[in-house]
Amino acid sequence: MKEKIRIAAGQGFWGDLPDAPVRQVEEGPIDYLMLDYLAEVTMSIMQKQKARDPKAGYARDFVSLMKRILPACVERDIKVVANAGGVNVEGCAAAVREVARELGLGGKLKIGIVTGDDILDRVDSFLAQGIELRNMDTGEPLTTVRDRIQSANAYLGAAPIVEALNQGARVVITGRATDTGLTLGPMIHEFGWAGDDWNKLAAGTIAGHIIECGAQCSGGNCQYEWQSIPDLANVGFPIAEASADGTFVITKHEGTGGRVNLPSVKEQLVYEMGDPRGYITPDCVADFTTVRLLDDGADRVRVFGIKGRPATDTLKVSISYSAGYKAVGTLVYAWPDAYQKAKAADSILRARLNRLGLRFDQILTEYVGANATHGPLAGEPSPDLAEVQLRVGVRGDDRNAIERFTKEIAPLILTGPPAVTGFAGGRPKVEEIVAYWPALIPKSQIMSNVEVIEA
Amino acid sequence: MRVQLIRLGHARSGDKGDTANVGLIALRDEFYPFLLREVSAARVKEHFKGICKGEVERFELPNLGALNFLLHESLGGGGTLSLMTDAQGKTFSTALLRMEIEISDDEVKALNL
Repeated sequence: MKEKIRIAAGQGFWGDLPDAPVRQVEEGPIDYLMLDYLAEVTMSIMQKQKARDPKAGYARDFVSLMKRILPACVERDIKVVANAGGVNVEGCAAAVREVARELGLGGKLKIGIVTGDDILDRVDSFLAQGIELRNMDTGEPLTTVRDRIQSANAYLGAAPIVEALNQGARVVITGRATDTGLTLGPMIHEFGWAGDDWNKLAAGTIAGHIIECGAQCSGGNCQYEWQSIPDLANVGFPIAEASADGTFVITKHEGTGGRVNLPSVKEQLVYEMGDPRGYITPDCVADFTTVRLLDDGADRVRVFGIKGRPATDTLKVSISYSAGYKAVGTLVYAWPDAYQKAKAADSILRARLNRLGLRFDQILTEYVGANATHGPLAGEPSPDLAEVQLRVGVRGDDRNAIERFTKEIAPLILTGPPAVTGFAGGRPKVEEIVAYWPALIPKSQIMSNVEVIEA
Repeated sequence: MRVQLIRLGHARSGDKGDTANVGLIALRDEFYPFLLREVSAARVKEHFKGICKGEVERFELPNLGALNFLLHESLGGGGTLSLMTDAQGKTFSTALLRMEIEISDDEVKALNL
């Protein structure tokens, strides 16, 4: 059993810096690379891709990444844990196996496949059993959107990842697994933590929370003395250096940019936090009010003292459903009186939309440069602003109404207030909205499956 | 005297559905008691008038010198439903730092502000 392992984060979201995971592998010692690919509505995008092509439905970027780093991972004994499988984990694993064989690594590594999260086909049976899958935020029953559901997945925890690693997997691919489970899994596997060692499970979970957003804990998007954070162009992604006793150090590779210090870690700890005493995952309930931090030298923060409680008997379910259409149009008005001009243009636009009899569920006007982010807190805009962007968004179920709206933006240039520009992008695009429905399901309903195949 | 929070704290914010969360962290450990005393849930609700349409909850993290606020019904429906530029509430952090709190002149002196 190892006493210490280094788990590196390679992606904070699907679309993060493409070279970050490569640099994590190449620029210093690590034992594990964890990659988070799934945002809340990613599954529905993948579901659509799979409907068009049964071989699709996973993060293809992950396969091209494996092509670049698999030889180094085999050579240096680095394991990869990723929720890249989306709604087609087997397809993703098959593609990785093909890449491994192309690289001459056939027979030299095992791939772990974690499934069981996809419950789209079981939704009706759950509803029939009286499992209502009510929206955790609004309390509404799922029946209100039943006919518009596009994907439904339960969040799996660390347990099936541990099982795949125990069976010798070099690469573990999951569908919907928690971000924190991708980090906690390797720790349980290496250190043999018991399933009811809540303090250690909470520690691994909080380590996962700190590194799951990539560089957001190592200098990116950091407010504390942001001007002096060095070399963000070369930012180092975080590494959790975990010990068997449940303590860990957050750090990054030497020679990389960014900064790991107490403020950068604190900012990430409070990110997307609810009640800090009860951070619920499938694996445990972690208490963020017990986290202790210590400056451990340059770009090193020691984390210890974490307490946890027993896991709950439910799993979170993420359901995506089709929720109408939206479009956003923008124009830029220049000095003088840029804000007044933008406001006048908005009144004209709304009068025209009214005359057309268009109805929307929502229409929102913002003035970028004046108050789009801070609203009334920004105070009255100065008449001397160099420019203001008028930004009008509409949302509704009637695609034709949204489509008609998009034709009313450009005409404002020749038929509204002067000194206006910024329409180079053409007519706004109508976007189909896929909304997110969080719910809970009894754990007893979800069985994860683990399969380990030879490459 | 009135002191703007940006001199006392740093912050990060994010979203969960239609709820924005703002974590406010003391720039120095000795500032935390003043954040605790002055930045109540009610004050934050008042500060975000016209932006936060629901309740404001406050949680304390003395171990980090931090407070966490949940601002319900603040993101225009949240997620992909929202039409807002900042649908994920990422800039609520500095919006909170605009707040001014009352600290006595003696306290200001003691804190070396």
